[in-house]
Amino acid sequence: MADSPIAVEHHNPALKHHFADMEQQREASSLGMWLFLATEIMFFGGMFCAYLIYRLWYFPDFGAASNSLDITLGAVNTAVLICSSLTVVMAVRAAQLGKRQQQVIYLALTLVLGLAFLGVKAVEWTSKFKEHHIPGPTFNFEGSIPSHPDQPVDQHHAQIFFSLYFAMTGMHALHMVIGVGIFSYLLYHAWKGTYTPEYYTPLENSGLYWHFVDIVWIYLFPLLYLIDRKK
Amino acid sequence: MSEHVVSAKTYIAVWLTLLVLTGVTAGVAFINLGPFNTIVALVIATFKALLVVLIFMHVKYTSEKMVKVVVVSAVFFLLLLLGLSLADYTTRLL
Repeated sequence: MADSPIAVEHHNPALKHHFADMEQQREASSLGMWLFLATEIMFFGGMFCAYLIYRLWYFPDFGAASNSLDITLGAVNTAVLICSSLTVVMAVRAAQLGKRQQQVIYLALTLVLGLAFLGVKAVEWTSKFKEHHIPGPTFNFEGSIPSHPDQPVDQHHAQIFFSLYFAMTGMHALHMVIGVGIFSYLLYHAWKGTYTPEYYTPLENSGLYWHFVDIVWIYLFPLLYLIDRKK
Repeated sequence: MSEHVVSAKTYIAVWLTLLVLTGVTAGVAFINLGPFNTIVALVIATFKALLVVLIFMHVKYTSEKMVKVVVVSAVFFLLLLLGLSLADYTTRLL
């Protein structure tokens, strides 16, 4: 095999024998990652669908429940995730340009931002817990409909809002925790100098995952926090 | 071509746009636009998602057409799920 002219011509140690060249190998893995993300879209899609139907049915109660969420913390967390998406693309770019030190810095920043997001989320959930807004036997939501202050909120409908809130932000946070794990692994390998301009597929594909999780939050923020806020 | 190196300037411009739009969407929520509050929020979110997919996720630069097919079909099936479910629930008389 070693005498074959093709094998001698381009021998990159990262190239697996069943691919013609590095470009084909890279595109095949990126396509596989996108197929996985397509299944993730449908996974979150089910929850979004349930959310949309209940929101349509119980809009006034959803508005009241949504108004009890902290819009500042929600907006700050959106900004934190957007910044982390920037550090991810910059880390991938550093790998493409073969800059190991920049890769390490940007990956470390991504981890810090990811953990900051989870920290803010923990603060929000803690206050919801104290206010008895966690669905269950002790659930209690006092409040009135935003556009009709004399009308009390239906407890059951508010509970459905918070069930969806915790299911959606919970699944999103689980994805963030997994992302933090993946990026810790990437940071270790970037530190060791594993990723080069010829081979940085794990970085590129994990980046796609991170951006996907960012996009989910881009939709969660207006849908959960910004219902019926108008004065 | 996934090895296409996008300039740092482009990335920073997209990042700033995303931050500004986050502020806009939070601000607009407090203005009474009637039913258009929801529509504006969703249009802004979709524009932001599009920027992330095309630039940050390199879909604009990829030469692999199958990636684009996967992205478009994933969105299509999501809209099928949401659209047909809503068409059912919004037209029920029960």
